[in-house]
Amino acid sequence: MLSKDIQEKFIAIVGKDNFECSNMERAAYSFDSSPLQPVLPAAVVAPRNTAEVSEIVKLCNKHLIPIVSRGSGTNLAGGTRPTEDAIVLIFRNMNSVVELDEENLTITVQPGVITSDIHTIVEAKGLFYPPDPSSMKMSMIGGNIVENAGGLRGLKYGVTGDYVMGLEVVLPNGEIIKTGGKLAKDVAGYNLTQLMVGSEGTLGVVTEAILKLIPKPETKKTMIALFPDLNSAAQTVSDIIANKIIPVTLEFLDKATLKVVEDYAKVGLPTDCEALLLIEQDGPASIVERDINKIAEICKAANAMDIKIAANDQEADKLATARRSALSALARLAPTTLLEDATVPRSEIANMVRAINEVAAKYNVQICTFGHAGDGNLHPTCPTDIRNKEEYHRAESAFAELFEVAVKLGGTITGEHGVGIMKQSFLHLKVGHAGIEAMKAIKLALDPNNIMNPGKIFDVTKTEVSV
Amino acid sequence: MNQNEVTLIRERFREKMNSDQLQNCMRCGYCLPHCPTFIISGGKETSSPRGRIALMRAVANGELEPDAEFEKIINECLGCLACESVCPSGVKYMELLEDARDIICQTRQYSAPVKLARKVIFKGLFKKQKNMDLFIGALNIYQKSGLRFIARNTGIMKLFPSSLVATEKVLPEVGSYKAIKNRPVRLPAEGEKLAKVGFFKGCLMDTMFITENNKTLKLLQKAGCEIEIPGGQACCAAIHGHSGEKDDAKDMAKLNIVAFENMDVDYIITNAGGCGAYLMEYDILFQHDPQWHDRAKKFVSKIKDISKILVELKFHERFKLKLPNQVMTYQDSCHLRNVMKTFNEPRELLKSIEGVTYVEQKNAHTCCGSAGTYSILHADVSMQILDAKMKNVLDTKATTIVTANPGCLLQMRVGIEREGLAKEMNKNGIKHMLSPIFLISSPHLLVRVCNLTILFV
Repeated sequence: MLSKDIQEKFIAIVGKDNFECSNMERAAYSFDSSPLQPVLPAAVVAPRNTAEVSEIVKLCNKHLIPIVSRGSGTNLAGGTRPTEDAIVLIFRNMNSVVELDEENLTITVQPGVITSDIHTIVEAKGLFYPPDPSSMKMSMIGGNIVENAGGLRGLKYGVTGDYVMGLEVVLPNGEIIKTGGKLAKDVAGYNLTQLMVGSEGTLGVVTEAILKLIPKPETKKTMIALFPDLNSAAQTVSDIIANKIIPVTLEFLDKATLKVVEDYAKVGLPTDCEALLLIEQDGPASIVERDINKIAEICKAANAMDIKIAANDQEADKLATARRSALSALARLAPTTLLEDATVPRSEIANMVRAINEVAAKYNVQICTFGHAGDGNLHPTCPTDIRNKEEYHRAESAFAELFEVAVKLGGTITGEHGVGIMKQSFLHLKVGHAGIEAMKAIKLALDPNNIMNPGKIFDVTKTEVSV
Repeated sequence: MNQNEVTLIRERFREKMNSDQLQNCMRCGYCLPHCPTFIISGGKETSSPRGRIALMRAVANGELEPDAEFEKIINECLGCLACESVCPSGVKYMELLEDARDIICQTRQYSAPVKLARKVIFKGLFKKQKNMDLFIGALNIYQKSGLRFIARNTGIMKLFPSSLVATEKVLPEVGSYKAIKNRPVRLPAEGEKLAKVGFFKGCLMDTMFITENNKTLKLLQKAGCEIEIPGGQACCAAIHGHSGEKDDAKDMAKLNIVAFENMDVDYIITNAGGCGAYLMEYDILFQHDPQWHDRAKKFVSKIKDISKILVELKFHERFKLKLPNQVMTYQDSCHLRNVMKTFNEPRELLKSIEGVTYVEQKNAHTCCGSAGTYSILHADVSMQILDAKMKNVLDTKATTIVTANPGCLLQMRVGIEREGLAKEMNKNGIKHMLSPIFLISSPHLLVRVCNLTILFV
């Protein structure tokens, strides 16, 4: 608990309505969307502007109080699960759109703006902000940026980081810096913007962001293709890319996932096939038409049982929305859902799907697989029960093996959910011990007191041992 | 909350709360943008379904000590169930909420006045239909005898909380004791008999809203329903279930199950979303009672809202419905929508009326803030929600708002009072108003169509 004196100091900065330290308030911010055990933070603080954030950070740096910045708490790897001595910084008061610049095609936002609100605002002006994580209806853009969130449109348009042009950041010493800007070119020193992207709140607090917008594609078309087995669906993914077509979306759902998604969303998804691909292409009508036809041919050649093209945008949106609910819908199967986002080069998708099934059989656990197959980013998910220690342990072992497989195939342990707490012990597989040491050096240079989301990504207090 | 209560609540949470359901919430946050209290709070996790479930789970796991704030947070929920219908994981939120409230209410040692008030309302009034009949009969006398005039004009109403005063103002002209007692038990179909239905009267619906009930019955007859109205029915017990009086709720549910059990009917028709939805969850109420569970399931399978059966019997296609030219909008009853999954049918009926221009209001599906006793017990939050709602209503330029539940009806009337339109409406009459709003309930509206037989061409 914070001393009375420190509590008063926080209240002096943000006002008493924006400082909470009752047991209930602390408990309500004790978790994120990972299955980790909740931990009550010391307090919850809701600053109203950048100056207040700076004051808070200075206070915390002086008194060595950890800070966990939290958007909507939709993290899946424990990135915003607080520690007992930490304050949770929330952004419900910093949720304004600062500027929509139609000349430079940028939007400037505060961290508390909801991702899908950005979509609505810019699309009304004929513009497009492509990143669309499944949590976009509730996630905040600040969280998207520091987690470098992906989404369904990542294959063609990239991820959040590809659209972050500039940031205002409060550094761990309380200094406010502005990185990047509305600039197509900018090589003035290190690229601090991209350093902050995906830093999981360990290097500073993002208080404003300039995001890149692009013209809204004229048309889009969505189709689904049904397959009698996982392999042919996975092979189709590689075939489409190899044919030099980059669809917006190329999503994979296996039978078990399809079943729960249909159970929830009731959009008429078929549940009698082993795998389904959800494919979307956008752009000028003639090109969309050509690509969709070509993709349909590739699907047929790869043994697709059936192909259906959405009649209109509403039907297409329904399909995409249903797909976004997949993870939460899988929670219908069991009390705990353990999910990963190991990512491999696109050409290895079929091998990865095969490996997932082998590992599931080896450890005798059910693994449902869905995900952004087109960019090699799958979400093998294990419905389990954290209260059943033996089974949960088997599930964890299965995933540990999957990380190794992914890295061996040239992939990574996490494509878009971040390392957080849950994937720390596997980080070395991807970046090596020397890589972790390099990251720690950056961390300690900027945050010598280790107050920014300590214990996330890696434990800076422990030395990596090279094996 | 004293230490004894804290310990007991904790123990009972551990014993009684459904730990699978608590665990099933994977905290994805899909519920957040749909929760009215979360939105009104400006995004506070403690005002969200995800937050409430997290607190319940922490208390049940012994990680968190329940306190007065915990009780307040649990009670702040409207129970509109917008969260439950969007939850991909299928968490049974209502079950968790009702269990939590039941444990808290049954453990708390409330002060004498609170205890008395709860006893009078839950056990004296809503549990004993005869007392309800008498009470509404007395209210009828109050309205008809000039007492109301005196009450409103002597300033005596100022002694009561403003939310109660607002409610008093918008009450309908209620039924007399005599009319309430004279409910027939069987009504024939008009014309060809297409279905045989039972009718669930409801406690307030058959007293305070007796006119609506009469018109609902007339409408069912016209649609081709032979109707049985069995005696021995009780209040649906939604108010008990939502307020932590689960044992009373079970007593009354049993009466209702028995009342309809041996009746050879295709459906049991309700005309209030709140009641219908609670009746529909009787199987959950008795899920741990093998003796009653199957009987409850059978009962539940027959429950159907009036608007649904009208559409199914193609009432609106067989009869030509007509009203004077007007713009109309609809306010969903949360429970009709989120539990009974009935939301297209009322709209379809309204759109089928000649002369009606139907305009959907923005967020018609979100709670109006009535939520049973919520508008009285949590007037501040309720009014904030209502004011936001009224903006959307006014945007439609509708002259008629249609609702499908008595609570929503009263709340929307309060909304009009607050918008200051009511006086103008009384003064100028409906026809001459610039932005007039006139309020009717769904059954009310449709029966209005029936009464004015000239509307059937």
